[in-house]
Amino acid sequence: MTVGIVGYGAHLPRHRIKVEEIAKVWGADAPSYKKGLELREKSVPAPDQDVITLAVEAARNALARAQIGAQEIGAVYVGSESHPYAVKPTGTVVAEAIGAVPNCHCADFEFACKAGSEAMFVCTGLVKSGYIKYGLAIGADTSQGAPGDALEYSASAGAAAYIMGSENLVATIDLQHSFMTDTPDFWRREYQHYPQHAGRYTGEPAYFKHTLGASKALLEKSGMKPADFDFAVFHQPNGKFPMRVGKMLGFKREQLETGWLVPLLGNTYSGASPLGLTAILDIAKPGNKIFMCSYGSGSGSDAFILTVTDRIREAQDRAVKTRKLLDENKIYLEYGEYAKFRKKILKAE
Amino acid sequence: MSSPRSWRHYPQRYRYEAAVCTKCGKVHFPPRLICDACKGREFTTKTMARTGKILTHTIVRVGPSNFADQSPFAVAVVEMDDGPRITCQVADWNQGQLTIGQKVRLEFRKIYDEGASGIINYGYKAVPI
Repeated sequence: MTVGIVGYGAHLPRHRIKVEEIAKVWGADAPSYKKGLELREKSVPAPDQDVITLAVEAARNALARAQIGAQEIGAVYVGSESHPYAVKPTGTVVAEAIGAVPNCHCADFEFACKAGSEAMFVCTGLVKSGYIKYGLAIGADTSQGAPGDALEYSASAGAAAYIMGSENLVATIDLQHSFMTDTPDFWRREYQHYPQHAGRYTGEPAYFKHTLGASKALLEKSGMKPADFDFAVFHQPNGKFPMRVGKMLGFKREQLETGWLVPLLGNTYSGASPLGLTAILDIAKPGNKIFMCSYGSGSGSDAFILTVTDRIREAQDRAVKTRKLLDENKIYLEYGEYAKFRKKILKAE
Repeated sequence: MSSPRSWRHYPQRYRYEAAVCTKCGKVHFPPRLICDACKGREFTTKTMARTGKILTHTIVRVGPSNFADQSPFAVAVVEMDDGPRITCQVADWNQGQLTIGQKVRLEFRKIYDEGASGIINYGYKAVPI
């Protein structure tokens, strides 16, 4: 059975903060951060936005492109590391809001930044097995960066949603592969507001080892080489890592730029590579080959090979495109407003 | 608003489900027991289009306790493209967008939470497009 994406959608907050605005508060050198991280600004969720609200809007866009009834969706999986509740699923609210309840399987996934691609991986498998007709997989985050920490320059917000099925596909998922080990590069303990990370250790033994591991294994499994693809997208914790890992694998800058949203968006964690894929699908043509590889700390990567189908042309304009969300209606914040939005100001009870 | 009461409003707050009078076709949002146009008592359910325009607006500078952190915030009467007029908050507006006639779309947003350990209530807010 051929399985793949029936509909896809994205959603981003409108608020932004520039690297210079954060750097001036902490006495940091903005040009060196901008050059070092290849970041210019990041999205910031409004106080009335969270993973649930972003996921619902992305799911609605995916439904608009899929042109199916929500009642046909047999599974709703939301991957995130910033679920609004510690106990109470994100997915039930999303399913209720889009009208997919009650005959639906639902779970919240967590695996740092690869929880969204995990949901895609599982939905694809459930459709392929014949257990469900359609599955909704969402990667969404309103990620946290401690004040003054390097993560504060990149931790942002956004959501991408995919409806997986076996008919009327906009792209087939030809192969997928997972690669993971126990690697303590980034974590957040229970009741802690901000995550901790192991600095430079998050690079070679973590991001690069797992992204290269999953990508090389999938390329070998498929018998394809980087030159066979029109587009490639990797997890993007900053601007530098995805470009570097792409080049290490043999991809060229032109293949990577379409899905490289991070310089203007920041790191949307579970939404990162899935959002990059939505930007690619927005402009892809039938027959295009796409390579995608996520990364989640802890650590692991999910890699996918997709082929775009003829139906992409009718689906692309049925919902807002990701670059439009990224480039239009932006509202810039000063650091004080940003601190209030992200609840970094403690008020007296 | 208590959690059970909020839960009863999910069809309207989450999915914009309106009631259409089977006798005269008037669209009611939120649904009513009796049509105010023809006194009909039978309705069908219709999911409203999420777009409309601002009819009038104001800024609330001293909000109720659950909304204190959101103050000042904008509230508008929005005429939906399907006909009903609703009152809701306006979010993410830029200078010049809080005007009569501004096109808006309803987005799923947090309305308020019942304290740091309480339930989070979701619903719709109008966002300029």
